[in-house]
Amino acid sequence: MEALGLLLHGFAVLLTWKTLLLMMVGLVLGVFVGVLPGLGGPNGVAILLPLTFSMDPTSAIVMLSCIYWGALFGGAITSILFNIPGEAWSVATTFDGYPMAQQGKAAEALTAAFTSSFIGSLVAVMLITFLAPWISSFALKFGPPEFFAVYLLTFCSFVGLGREDKHKTVIAMALGLLLAGVGMDTVSGQLRMTFGSTDLLRGINFLVAVIGLFGISEILLTMEERLALRGHAASISLRTVLAVWKDLPKYWMTLFRSSVIGCWLGITPGGAIAASFMGYNLAKRFSKDQDSFGKGRIEGVFAPETAAHASGTAALLPMLALGIPGSGTAAILLGGLMVWGLNPGPLLFVEHKDFVWGLIASMYLGNVVGLVLVLSTVPIFASILRVPFAAVAPMIVVSCAIGAYAIQNAMFDVWLMLGFGVVGYVFKKIKIPLAPFTLALVLGSRAEDAFRQSMIISGGNMKVFWANGLVGTITTLAIVLLFWPLIDRLVASVSKSTPPAAKAEA
Amino acid sequence: MSNAELEIAVDDPTAPEENSPAVTSNRTVDVGVSLLLLGLAVLLAWDNWRTGASWDSTGPEPGYFPFYLSVILGGASLYGIGAAFLSSKEARETFVTRAQLRRVMAVFVPTLLFCMAMQFLGIYVASFLLIAGFMRVVGKIAIWKSLLTAFLFSAVMFVTFDVVFDVIMPKGPLEAAFGY
Repeated sequence: MEALGLLLHGFAVLLTWKTLLLMMVGLVLGVFVGVLPGLGGPNGVAILLPLTFSMDPTSAIVMLSCIYWGALFGGAITSILFNIPGEAWSVATTFDGYPMAQQGKAAEALTAAFTSSFIGSLVAVMLITFLAPWISSFALKFGPPEFFAVYLLTFCSFVGLGREDKHKTVIAMALGLLLAGVGMDTVSGQLRMTFGSTDLLRGINFLVAVIGLFGISEILLTMEERLALRGHAASISLRTVLAVWKDLPKYWMTLFRSSVIGCWLGITPGGAIAASFMGYNLAKRFSKDQDSFGKGRIEGVFAPETAAHASGTAALLPMLALGIPGSGTAAILLGGLMVWGLNPGPLLFVEHKDFVWGLIASMYLGNVVGLVLVLSTVPIFASILRVPFAAVAPMIVVSCAIGAYAIQNAMFDVWLMLGFGVVGYVFKKIKIPLAPFTLALVLGSRAEDAFRQSMIISGGNMKVFWANGLVGTITTLAIVLLFWPLIDRLVASVSKSTPPAAKAEA
Repeated sequence: MSNAELEIAVDDPTAPEENSPAVTSNRTVDVGVSLLLLGLAVLLAWDNWRTGASWDSTGPEPGYFPFYLSVILGGASLYGIGAAFLSSKEARETFVTRAQLRRVMAVFVPTLLFCMAMQFLGIYVASFLLIAGFMRVVGKIAIWKSLLTAFLFSAVMFVTFDVVFDVIMPKGPLEAAFGY
């Protein structure tokens, strides 16, 4: 129960006017980016990150995480009212959300979406509250070999479990790790891969890359679409909210199932997108009346939204406890931690208690405040869509440029950002995944350090990664996951050749 | 029972046409990108080999880790070239149509000019020009609206970053004239 006391302390840290104000600002900005077409969680956080450089770490993370919650809430608005998913994980919400809006039940659908997002996040935050301190205290015993094994596990699970072509994930990851190594080598002080350029001496800044990859490239991609839109305007009355809430207990199984799926996929790098579809499909499969799905059934809104938000929130668990982000947005937040001078990883829970518990408390508070905020201000946010994209696009470009420049006061970084924008655009179109690329960029130097330290400890013997039960298990698991598609196929072909009776028993 | 009114509608006057011909297929781009990545892998592998990619008395040399990554990148790119050549699915996928490319260039070229201009004019003047020009030309929005929006946005950015948050941005002759 130590966690509860620390959590209360976290709330005490938060309850100042300044922090609450930042929270509101973050939420409003977040809903704003969530509603805008082509912008979402990772883009919003990446673009607005520079605003926080002059803040203290706690205020900064509170504001950034609120931008993230806001973006998660905002995605639902466009999906339901306009049939335009603001985010890939809102796609499943459109299946039943938009039909509901067409039937004049937009307010119910929105209330259902916001409420279930809230429930999903809440379950995941509770998981973080009790699990993260435990994992991090366990991880405090980790040495360099264990850390490298955990990094390896993260990378391998992306390759093995990702839905993209395997070689494209490998390309994304190797490229990210390589780019992270450009500049001065931290161990020997020697220059690597700079080719005599003084600008490359500082290395490729992770945040500059992210602003280009997620901000600029998203603008380029969005411009390809026809950006005209038509949709419903809606306002939510208190009576609708209460009516939907009164029915909530009926759907507890759907909510519970989606929360569990979301938490699980959030911690493993499956992501919110997979979680939302899985939540929707399972709700449909377990329903007595499957045909009514897709025609405006409220469960079809509950299920994907709960799962997506549980997953988006749970992705912060490995980031806080181990310093390994579970999603693209978590990776960007992790980059932020480093800018504010914090060293992500298990030591965070020991050295920066105020920060960690302030952040966890802000997840609770941010979700409550966010729920009230979106429920009461939906009409305003929906009307943001009246602003033509031709006005929004150049403003986003300017914000990106300001962000990229502000990080190191370097013009070179602005050009780098533009380059990464083009790379992100092309990669997205030929389906080279950006999430592992981002992850590799942010973890690259730490993974390399862990590897080299392990090698120095063992005198160059690879057996160090199987030296004890713990590290051996993680390393073996990593390799199993890397070849998981092959193993899966092998198992499938074996079970196919066994007689059906044996299969039924198994 | 569709009694809800459609109340929000936004037009897109310069939207790309639906039936525009494809410029190139995903396969062509995939092969091109894989070739570029292969080239990059060879270049980086060579550079890291030069830095030292073996072992010395203290452990792995600085080039060791990146050298093997370059090898992995090169291998995956080679595989990618083969896979892309054999993929008939990618050959059918359009990378970009001509109309889409025109629109993408309509953002990319101004952005490029904006980045160049910000070195001489300062970021605030450059962003004023970018926003006003873009709204007018691409969005076909009334001139006074474009100018006003661009001015307000640049002014807010200036106050937020230069005055309140003390973040130093590139400035040009206009700011200098006002003593900043």
